[in-house]
Amino acid sequence: MADALDLTADALTLEREWKTPDRGTVGIIFLIITESVLFLTFVAVYLVYIGASVTGPYPKDVLETPILATVCLLSSSLTIVAAEWALERNRIGMFRIWWLVTIVLGLYFLFDTGMEWKKLIYVDHLTISTNLFGTTFYSLVGLHASHVTVGMIFLLLVIGVNLLGFPIETQKRRVKFLSWYWHFVDAVWVIVFTVVYIISTR
Amino acid sequence: MASIDYPLERPKVGTKDWGFAEHMYDWVATVDHKKLGIMYIVSALLFLVIAGIMALVIRTQLALPNGHVVAPDTYNRLFTMHGTTMVFLLGMPLVAGFSNYLVPLMIGARDMAFPRLNAFGFWIFLFGGFLLYFSYLGGSGLYGAGSAPDVGWFAYAPLTEKPFSLGHSTDYWALGIIVSGIGTIASAINVIATTFSLRCPGMTLSRMPMFVWVMLIDSWLILVAFPPLTAAQIMLLLDRYLGANFFYTQRGGSAVLWQHLFWIFGHPEVYILIFPAFAILSEVIPIFSRKPIFGRPAMVGAVVAIGFISLGVWAHHMFAVGMTSYANSFFAASTMLVGIPTGIKIFNWTATMYGGKVNLKTPMLFCCGFLLQFLIAGLTGIMLAIAPFDWQLHDSYFVVGHFHFTLAEGLVFGIFAGLYYWFPKITGRMYNEKLGKWHFWLFVIGVNLTFIPMHFAGILGMPRRIYTYQAGRGWEFWQFSATIGAYIQAIAVAIYVWNVVHSAIKGEPAGDDPWDGWTLEWATTSPPPEYNFEKLPVVRSSRPLWDLKHPHDPDWKYE
Amino acid sequence: MLIQAVIALLQAPYANLPQYPVANTFDPLATPGQAEKGIALLTIAITTGIFVVTAGLIVYGIWRYRIRPGDDATQEPPQVYGSNQIEVAWTVIPILIVFVLIGVSVRVIAAVQNASPSQSSVKLQLIGHQWWWTVNYPQFGVVTANEIHVPVSPDGKMVTEVRLESVDVAHSFWIPQLAGKMDLIPNRINYTWIDPHQPGVYYGNCAEYCGTQHANMLLRVIAQPTADFNRWAYEQKQPAVDDPNAAEGKKAFLSLACVNCHLIKGTPSAGVFGPDLTHLMSRQTIGAGVLPLNHENLRAWVNDPQQIKPGCLMPSMKLTGPELDHVVAYLETLH
Repeated sequence: MADALDLTADALTLEREWKTPDRGTVGIIFLIITESVLFLTFVAVYLVYIGASVTGPYPKDVLETPILATVCLLSSSLTIVAAEWALERNRIGMFRIWWLVTIVLGLYFLFDTGMEWKKLIYVDHLTISTNLFGTTFYSLVGLHASHVTVGMIFLLLVIGVNLLGFPIETQKRRVKFLSWYWHFVDAVWVIVFTVVYIISTR
Repeated sequence: MASIDYPLERPKVGTKDWGFAEHMYDWVATVDHKKLGIMYIVSALLFLVIAGIMALVIRTQLALPNGHVVAPDTYNRLFTMHGTTMVFLLGMPLVAGFSNYLVPLMIGARDMAFPRLNAFGFWIFLFGGFLLYFSYLGGSGLYGAGSAPDVGWFAYAPLTEKPFSLGHSTDYWALGIIVSGIGTIASAINVIATTFSLRCPGMTLSRMPMFVWVMLIDSWLILVAFPPLTAAQIMLLLDRYLGANFFYTQRGGSAVLWQHLFWIFGHPEVYILIFPAFAILSEVIPIFSRKPIFGRPAMVGAVVAIGFISLGVWAHHMFAVGMTSYANSFFAASTMLVGIPTGIKIFNWTATMYGGKVNLKTPMLFCCGFLLQFLIAGLTGIMLAIAPFDWQLHDSYFVVGHFHFTLAEGLVFGIFAGLYYWFPKITGRMYNEKLGKWHFWLFVIGVNLTFIPMHFAGILGMPRRIYTYQAGRGWEFWQFSATIGAYIQAIAVAIYVWNVVHSAIKGEPAGDDPWDGWTLEWATTSPPPEYNFEKLPVVRSSRPLWDLKHPHDPDWKYE
Repeated sequence: MLIQAVIALLQAPYANLPQYPVANTFDPLATPGQAEKGIALLTIAITTGIFVVTAGLIVYGIWRYRIRPGDDATQEPPQVYGSNQIEVAWTVIPILIVFVLIGVSVRVIAAVQNASPSQSSVKLQLIGHQWWWTVNYPQFGVVTANEIHVPVSPDGKMVTEVRLESVDVAHSFWIPQLAGKMDLIPNRINYTWIDPHQPGVYYGNCAEYCGTQHANMLLRVIAQPTADFNRWAYEQKQPAVDDPNAAEGKKAFLSLACVNCHLIKGTPSAGVFGPDLTHLMSRQTIGAGVLPLNHENLRAWVNDPQQIKPGCLMPSMKLTGPELDHVVAYLETLH
């Protein structure tokens, strides 16, 4: 019966010229939308609780602005674009270099977050249960760091399988989606950075 | 097109040679959207029966004043599990189940955009449900405190914090909802990607069936409404396990914040739940009136409008928490605005019947029932939106009556309409029309006898969630008739279950297109093959099968 | 004896007050409740109108256009796709109705919520606990539980302002015939007000689910003429009666764990986790309204509260028979 649906003479033309968006693209865009709402909720809660802590330590006393880590994370967005650009032209050597640079920049960011938390916990005695600042700080920054970690696992997976001989040039589409996710994580950091290190320390 | 790959080699070829193990393997390992859709719907109906039995116990307890059927704690667990199950384990899988089964068929696709993600979504939903029910076994923890959660389905803080909720029951509640929510989000992304990317040639967005349109907006609402819930549950677990202070009022946390986060999810959620009913009505009413849906662009516009306005009305659940008069006024106003697109939908469905040939088969009966019952639900909703009136009605039995009118009479009527309408497509056999009519009329009597009296009990000052009440407060009559109604509903549902089981095995063969349908799912066999269509169809209007059946007067001439 | 006679006389005015156990929200006897009833009636009128028209159209449509025996089933009806004029009509009419309702709501919201509390003559503090209420009158130095006494306000001028707080979880204050709900939320202070126009005993429940015994967290408002209210307040301010006949019971009470939770003014018993018992016998009910206060119920309650209100935070003290008799006898002197 389905065959009979081709009623009109121009059905074949229609079929040939029919274009719909790529399903992966649609999927990743809406995944990023739903993730954004998750971050938005945590950011809103952080903003609501600014100044609500009953006891110290307070943000302005203990937070140090992580300039270098921020620069690293944001520039990793550029290096991943460079890697993608190289992959697009099938320059696998270039791709590997830029990809590794991205990984190093991301790893430095995670390392810096770890050192910051170590200082806050052992020196300033700020834990998640100390006060509302600790609660909201660790949960928001931690949520972001966990997303960086997930991105990092995928970045390592890509370079790992490639170095083991997998032809990564067959997976340009998926590499593109991973880089979109990485850009998203970086963009979220801009908001987290503004809210945590600029607004709440004033 | 999505390929369907089986990881293991099949020992036998034809399904006729399969033993039990092969069939089980086939269902467990399937990535076929139709099988997953059926599993979603069947598990939803199982949870409906479980939560329905809980409701019967609740009604029995309240039939007479000073009831002693169950202990107070048991009662509190019952209404918590009843509500949580009905919303998260009945309503949500029905959304996923109907969209899974029908969206690819209706847009002329062979499967969902991400079949394996689809299977993942179903199984993680199901195990989320198991996790919630595991609380009956594991909830007491080392404290020996409690079994299932007893905090209510919206679990207001700080009742959920450690000092007031010992043991692990609340943790199972939060975890079960987070886990099944991941499945829901996966399924929503899948529906969106499917509708955007897998439409068959000629199926432009403006030609998509109304069902697909509504499920698309529904999925959008899921994607923006579920993350705040997930965030709130994560915060609750952080509070309970790591000593964070989000909702711990003794250390400055805010109890009202939980309410905001929950209802930012919770109000869009009621539209997420009712949308499948809207979607089903928009297909069933035209077929059984033999007319296209009246005012299609307005219907799509109304759904899109609801999809956005409903994101800005949440605090009408919080008129009594002491917000400023400005906030109360704003949320009263925005809530009433939702009534406008909802009204447009009801008017358009009604207008579809005018001038048509209304065939009152069981699916259409349920649609007519929906129109009248949901009208009442909408109007009591307007009453609750009026903040000063709501100060009286809030958290009373009036509210219980109202939301059961929207869900038990709105959503469930729509779902039954859909289940009867597509039963021949899913099983290839026809249900028993006589039993269907019995089901409908008993159900109409049952729900009205149950939920109309609840409104009156609420007006007489009866708060919700009380396990007992004293004689002489004027509530006995209303509560007793509600209990009678609940048992009538149970009989009606039992008739339905018998009808489904019996007809699926022994019903008359239905043929591929028993309703003389217009959308693409009726263009394939009943039940459809794994690949749906031998050849992908090409369509030129929103009613491709109408065009086919009426070559001299096709729809596309009028587009 | 004399004191008891005086107290009996004092109690008489509110023992004979009309009781309003059926808390009909459409029979309000205070200004906020009346304002809410007014807008409720308007809303019901409008929605009933909408219902009659729309349901009539639906039922008529089904009846008029149903398939009748003998109809030609193969003949399709004319295919109508819609009409923009009709769409506009049934969009604009609801919009107009909605704007009327919004306007009225905003006015009533402001009238009830923004009423100036400065005009109130009595200010009381209502504190929610898991499954009972503290009623505190800072003006008079009076603390009681579960029964709110307020002066009656026939002309609407004796407004009682209620400050709502909670020590544990969220509760809600709801006396349907006086005013709509306002929640008691920990770490937050809410205000509401009531002005009962007629003397009477108004019944209400906690209206926000608060745990095991939410159902038995009942509340009464006792509205009395101002003179009676003042006399009540004066009486409540006094320390507990020290009846020598109940000395043995008092000794037993003070030696037991009762003192950890209950306050009896003028004795070493100074707990704050349970209701103030200084003038226990002046109340009508026990256990936050779960039973009427009389000898049998009081004895049963002290013997084992868990039998009467399972899950409540007062444990069974496992008193022996004579101990129980003494303690109950002592409690019964606390007028």
